[in-house]
Amino acid sequence: MPRSSPPWEVKRELVVKAEGETDPKYGCKPEERPAKEYIRFGVINLDKPAGPTSHEVAAWVKRILGVHNVGHGGTLEA
Amino acid sequence: MGWGDPNVTGVLPVTLEESRKIVQALLLSGKEYVCLMKLHGDISEARVKDVLKEFEDTIYQRPPLRASVKRQLRTRRIYYIDFLEMDGRNVLFKVGCEGGTYIRKLCFDIGEVLGCGAHMQELRRTRAGPFIEEDAIVTLHDVAYWFMEWQKSGDAAILKKIIQPMEKALALVPKIYIRDSAVDAVCHGANLTAPGVLSLETGISDGSVVAIFTLKGEAVALAVAEATTEEILNMEHGVVAKVKRVLMPRGTYPKCWKSGEI
Repeated sequence: MPRSSPPWEVKRELVVKAEGETDPKYGCKPEERPAKEYIRFGVINLDKPAGPTSHEVAAWVKRILGVHNVGHGGTLEA
Repeated sequence: MGWGDPNVTGVLPVTLEESRKIVQALLLSGKEYVCLMKLHGDISEARVKDVLKEFEDTIYQRPPLRASVKRQLRTRRIYYIDFLEMDGRNVLFKVGCEGGTYIRKLCFDIGEVLGCGAHMQELRRTRAGPFIEEDAIVTLHDVAYWFMEWQKSGDAAILKKIIQPMEKALALVPKIYIRDSAVDAVCHGANLTAPGVLSLETGISDGSVVAIFTLKGEAVALAVAEATTEEILNMEHGVVAKVKRVLMPRGTYPKCWKSGEI
């Protein structure tokens, strides 16, 4: 079977259906969110160390940052 | 969950508060690992390379006894397996695969085909969807240190060293950009209709998971497309995508639809 391209190699282009503008009064660019919001809507690309489980690592992040809720993108369970 | 091998290391995206809503998109996303496999017999390098190539395919896997999902046979796509090096009975390879592929199982199966048996010795995840090892990966120590530095100085640039916006996690999901006037309806769970669409990415098919974005680049919701990119471009009315998970809080943008009252 030929090598099939993984999702991260798929190239996409943007096509325009209609012209539009966005009102600066509402919302905010993700990079410009105020600190509290930036954390609430944030993700950490964490390098999981050997030893603790994914759950324990996520719980440590929760404690360090003092946030109420953390999750992780898939247990590293191989 | 929680049965995970503690000795596995590498890319683990951790979602904070609101961004937990995108976990599902991350679970489904492709992964890449570097794996050290231990053979239980002496096999030639050429033979090992051949057998690794055979696994670049759609494979069948039954989740292991200690797994977080139902133990029924399922298929997973192996996008590639690149042989890296071999030293005696130790084989190092890199594998790109669909989310939910068990590498421990893959090693066992490779061992069966080789005839000598094999097991997974060490594993490092080098990619989870858009998150890779080379780009802004941080250790727990980095998180603790920089978070404290940020608390002392209040400098937003420091926070950005450790935290990325949840939109980053959706980098590989095809996007549909919508009008400001359509945002709050979607935040209330309404399906996205054609007049609200401003632009979209190529490669969307009926049934694709898509991310609905504002022109400011904020994620509004995860949805399932009801038509292809080409069809959506030519649609004047009708549902373009069914909303599955709202990501933006209601009321972020003004309400622009008529309520039922007369």
